[in-house]
Amino acid sequence: MQDKPPGDNVDNVVAMKVEATPEAQGNDWSAMLAELGQSRDRQLFIQLFRHFAPRIKGYIIRLGLTEATAEELTQETMLSLWRKAHLYNRDKAAASTWIYTLARNQSIDWMRKQKYPEYDLESWHRDEGEPLQESEAEQSIVSDRVALAIHQLPDNQAQVIYMSFYEGRTHSEIAERLSIPLGSVKSRIRLAAEKLKLVLGGDYEY
Amino acid sequence: MNIKHHLDEATLFSYVAGALGQGTALVVACHVSQCEYCRDRARQLEAIGGALLENNSLSPVSDNALLQVLERLDVRPQATAAAPAHAADSEVPGPLASYIGDSLDEVAWKRLVAGVWVYDLPAQGKGLTRLLRVAPGKAALPHSHRGSELTQLLRGSFIDEVGRFCPGDVADLDDRITHQPLVDSEHDCICLIATEFPLRYTTLLGKLAQPLFGF
Ligand SMILES: [Zn+2]
Repeated sequence: MQDKPPGDNVDNVVAMKVEATPEAQGNDWSAMLAELGQSRDRQLFIQLFRHFAPRIKGYIIRLGLTEATAEELTQETMLSLWRKAHLYNRDKAAASTWIYTLARNQSIDWMRKQKYPEYDLESWHRDEGEPLQESEAEQSIVSDRVALAIHQLPDNQAQVIYMSFYEGRTHSEIAERLSIPLGSVKSRIRLAAEKLKLVLGGDYEY
Repeated sequence: MNIKHHLDEATLFSYVAGALGQGTALVVACHVSQCEYCRDRARQLEAIGGALLENNSLSPVSDNALLQVLERLDVRPQATAAAPAHAADSEVPGPLASYIGDSLDEVAWKRLVAGVWVYDLPAQGKGLTRLLRVAPGKAALPHSHRGSELTQLLRGSFIDEVGRFCPGDVADLDDRITHQPLVDSEHDCICLIATEFPLRYTTLLGKLAQPLFGF
């Protein structure tokens, strides 16, 4: 038993909870995820699990799925993280961003019983070009700023973000529900996206 | 690929949020897979999802769940049907290749009227998702939409009130626009179309022809 990685032993894993969860700020999750893709180190995986699994599950529950389903889909998401970690490119996105797409796809596939069309995970790996992210250390700050920015959006813009990300409603469905024209839905989304992207620090021009 | 027509920001946003119908999501994925500009924009928007995930209220996950996952790490996933071989420079975008394979010439086209063929993709939820092949010089009926229509150009070209569309371009139209695309390429024009609701025709002829045209 001695020479096995900690993840292979049930007792170790439980015991490890105390020492191996530097839950504190400043953990570079993106570096850890990239490292996992190379090393397939179970201890790293466990750390990522402890940080992200409760967040993934929280997201899925907000989508309106039951506790049991959320638990199952969280496990599936973490498994796909393990299997696809080698495709992750930290120059392209923060770990939380990449993991969000995994959790989203897992949930939608389950709800629709149909695969959500992906634009090719391979391209995360393959793509050349400028890195999008600011320095890794800033990532958690960026997340906080986005959350804050969402709180500061006018209600009608925060509402369309919520209806899109958590209720999965199409533009037409939102229009119908709010009794506003389709064009208004789109412009609210555009305005909200614009503000949030400013916070994200992209220098994009449209 | 010299792409001139891109996705609307609101469309891309909803795709990233997981809030597009299956068919429109497929067209978006096809465009994004071919368009570096929209791919960068999509990643920017995905960071919103990442921030939401990071700041979500946490829901406790038991150690038991962790153990169950650890036990499965070494289990190979069930062999899913092998993804069809897909060349990076194929005119069939990757997300579409999983439906029709890697060649537009092997599609089981169904003739609608002279010069117009369609191939409907399997169950995509509300609305229509189909490949459309139109002979040179043919025009589609003038129509507008209740809901959205997305068209990804795969081969040939067409021209309409908005501009000229070539392979890689996407026409992302909303319900304010009435348009009548005309195929102006030498060979057949092939595109992937997803509509959220059935199209509505703006002329009497259109209304009469609608059942025939099958839109
Ligand atoms: Zn584009």
